[in-house]
Amino acid sequence: MPKLLSGAEIVFKALEDQKVEYIFGYPGGAVLPIYDELKNHKSIKHILARHEQGAGHSAEGYARSSGKPGVLLVTSGPGATNAVTALTDAYMDSVPLVCISGQVPTHLIGTDAFQECDTTGITRPCTKHNWLVKDVNDLSRVLHLAFEVATTGRPGPVLVDIPKDIQFKKGKYKFFKNTLKKKLNGKATHKISNTELDKFIDLIKKSSKPIFYTGGGVINSGPEASKYLRELVSLTGFPITSTLQGLGAYPGDDPQFLGMLGMHGTYEANNAMHDCDLMINIGARFDDRITGKVDEFSPRSKKIHVDIDPSSIGKNIKVDLAIVSDVTELLKSLIKRFKEKNKNFVNSNKQKTSKWWEQIGKWREKKSLNFINSDKIIKPQHAVQRLYELTKNQDTFITTEVGQHQMWAAQHYKFNKPNRWMTSGGLGTMGYGLPAAIGVQIANPGKLVVDIAGEASVLMTMQEMSTAVQYRLPIKIFILNNEYMGMVRQWQELLHEKNYSESYTAALPDFVKLAESYGCVGIRAKTPDELDEKIKEMINIDKPVIFDCVVDKAENCFPMIPSGKPHNQMILGPEEEEEISDEGKILV
Amino acid sequence: MAKSKSAYSVPGKIGKIERHIIVVWVDNEAGVLARIAGLFSGRGYNIESLAVAEVDKKKHISRITIVTEGTPQVIEQINLQLKKLVPVHKVADFKRGEKDILFRELALFKILGNPKKIEKVKKICKKFNPVVLDKTNKSVVIQVTALRAEIDKLALDLKSLGLISTSRTGAVAMTKGPKIFN
Repeated sequence: MPKLLSGAEIVFKALEDQKVEYIFGYPGGAVLPIYDELKNHKSIKHILARHEQGAGHSAEGYARSSGKPGVLLVTSGPGATNAVTALTDAYMDSVPLVCISGQVPTHLIGTDAFQECDTTGITRPCTKHNWLVKDVNDLSRVLHLAFEVATTGRPGPVLVDIPKDIQFKKGKYKFFKNTLKKKLNGKATHKISNTELDKFIDLIKKSSKPIFYTGGGVINSGPEASKYLRELVSLTGFPITSTLQGLGAYPGDDPQFLGMLGMHGTYEANNAMHDCDLMINIGARFDDRITGKVDEFSPRSKKIHVDIDPSSIGKNIKVDLAIVSDVTELLKSLIKRFKEKNKNFVNSNKQKTSKWWEQIGKWREKKSLNFINSDKIIKPQHAVQRLYELTKNQDTFITTEVGQHQMWAAQHYKFNKPNRWMTSGGLGTMGYGLPAAIGVQIANPGKLVVDIAGEASVLMTMQEMSTAVQYRLPIKIFILNNEYMGMVRQWQELLHEKNYSESYTAALPDFVKLAESYGCVGIRAKTPDELDEKIKEMINIDKPVIFDCVVDKAENCFPMIPSGKPHNQMILGPEEEEEISDEGKILV
Repeated sequence: MAKSKSAYSVPGKIGKIERHIIVVWVDNEAGVLARIAGLFSGRGYNIESLAVAEVDKKKHISRITIVTEGTPQVIEQINLQLKKLVPVHKVADFKRGEKDILFRELALFKILGNPKKIEKVKKICKKFNPVVLDKTNKSVVIQVTALRAEIDKLALDLKSLGLISTSRTGAVAMTKGPKIFN
């Protein structure tokens, strides 16, 4: 007869068998038995956050930069509700998280007990699946299934709610091995047919105005996918654009790369999307920030959509060829089949796409990411550019908060490798970047990790600096400080007659002193002259740093597709601001 | 303020609304109905009727029959989203009015009246497999099985004959002939 283990022991046994190295969490009454057991498991290190949301974003940063699932441990009631933002964020951006939450003892469930909440009820819409474990003998099966659901198909968060009495009870442990990898949502497997591949290749060959539109699915599929994507793009000679989440899958400084597309994407990327005759969507989901006005979205193109999630296909945009597949598998078989019959396609096809490239060249001449620089005041775009120039020669990981700074980072920081760019795209969670940077640094010790932040966002999870200091994680918080919620201010300027309602933050803390009070280093840059030196100083400090970069308060993020407009009607700069219609103003 | 012409939430052309019957086989576990209902409410889909019961005692499989309305695109999303749920085994989807599918709803009517009136009631119900479940000299409880529209009409007709209480189920469905739902 196998040895009986307590519920808490089973939790750790399962985590060990899943090769978990780090747990991000915060203790409390209903998880104390699990915390008590922690000391007996040396291979698992617990990172104590300062708030469960911070623990959740750290787990996300860990997962996105390492490709492994992030593990989160929280208590019942407020512990679980605080984790909801992070779970929802992970759900929207397809990040594999396993959240273990304590629950009041089974006999108290439903009695409005102290720190009781309906955790599985609350997290049902923001997880792929969740479980309330009422029998200790179910625990090992549920925990292993949780890892399987979180990491297969389109990845996402799951939650296992364990009542306190179950953590004490003795039960059997069994290792349930994940048998099917990369199953579609943990379910049916789709085999890519040659017919599909031939149709795909046929569309490629017929096109004279093609574009690749790639997204986070390429990153989630693993580093192999990025390798194959680069091969396919070079085999075809086609232009490529990427969503916010897909940045890094294809080198940002490559001539075939048109930059990011969407609401704040480049002029060339958005116009190419609008005018193309073939759109090849690999691992992106036609999000509203990408499509703009759906009716006028790329009206003359054939569309191919590759996605591992069948429900992403046809949800927003109808496509001509839909392939439900993991990106790596699809690209691998596509490239193989393409090469068999199309030797030297890139050269023989050059003629056909030459006019298209010429047109793209004309769009590029607009230099839509340009801004008017200043020698008196630091322009935020300039700050990101300098940060890029001074860090591009080392393997740098960038996280961001949400707002203008996030878009400037996406526009001006060029990523060459996958898993180097962690940003909250779907949910748009202010306060994501700092805790995410902690998780990234844990997964990548010795690497440079920078959170490009805004002063408003970073204050939402600022307490996590204490975590960074405790674990000696030398993360760099690079704040583009304009004293405004910049994106809110920009929309108010453009859409609400400059009524800056509640978007200015008075009484901001002194970030340098704040850094010192946390026991890390504070640096402030006020003028363009001193910027480079200060950035270098920041990079060379082997401690957490808060960098207060005082930037132009009134700068807007361009280019921009105003809401309600199709892709080919962008605002390029301040001189065109008057173009937003009344209808556009009421959109989000 | 100008009329909403949202780029994001309102599509230019709304497709034709169709009524569909969706049959879902699920693990009969705690919260499974909340998952299905939550998916519908969270994504703004509509449930017209719902019938749930365990059909396999050994494997604990429940069969849920949902009547819903939506554009073809919405119906497709409902199917795909349902299939993603972990406890869902399979999903079958039928358009209302498809020929080789049978639909039935069950209704219980309580009618007050003298024996003469009750005889009249039974006559009206004749076409719909009436079963008298309870009878006193002042009242009767009658069970009928029929299609939704038929039960609607029946309830209307019985109103003047002393109908005081109606209880109805959602629709259940099955294919005709030897084949079963795949």
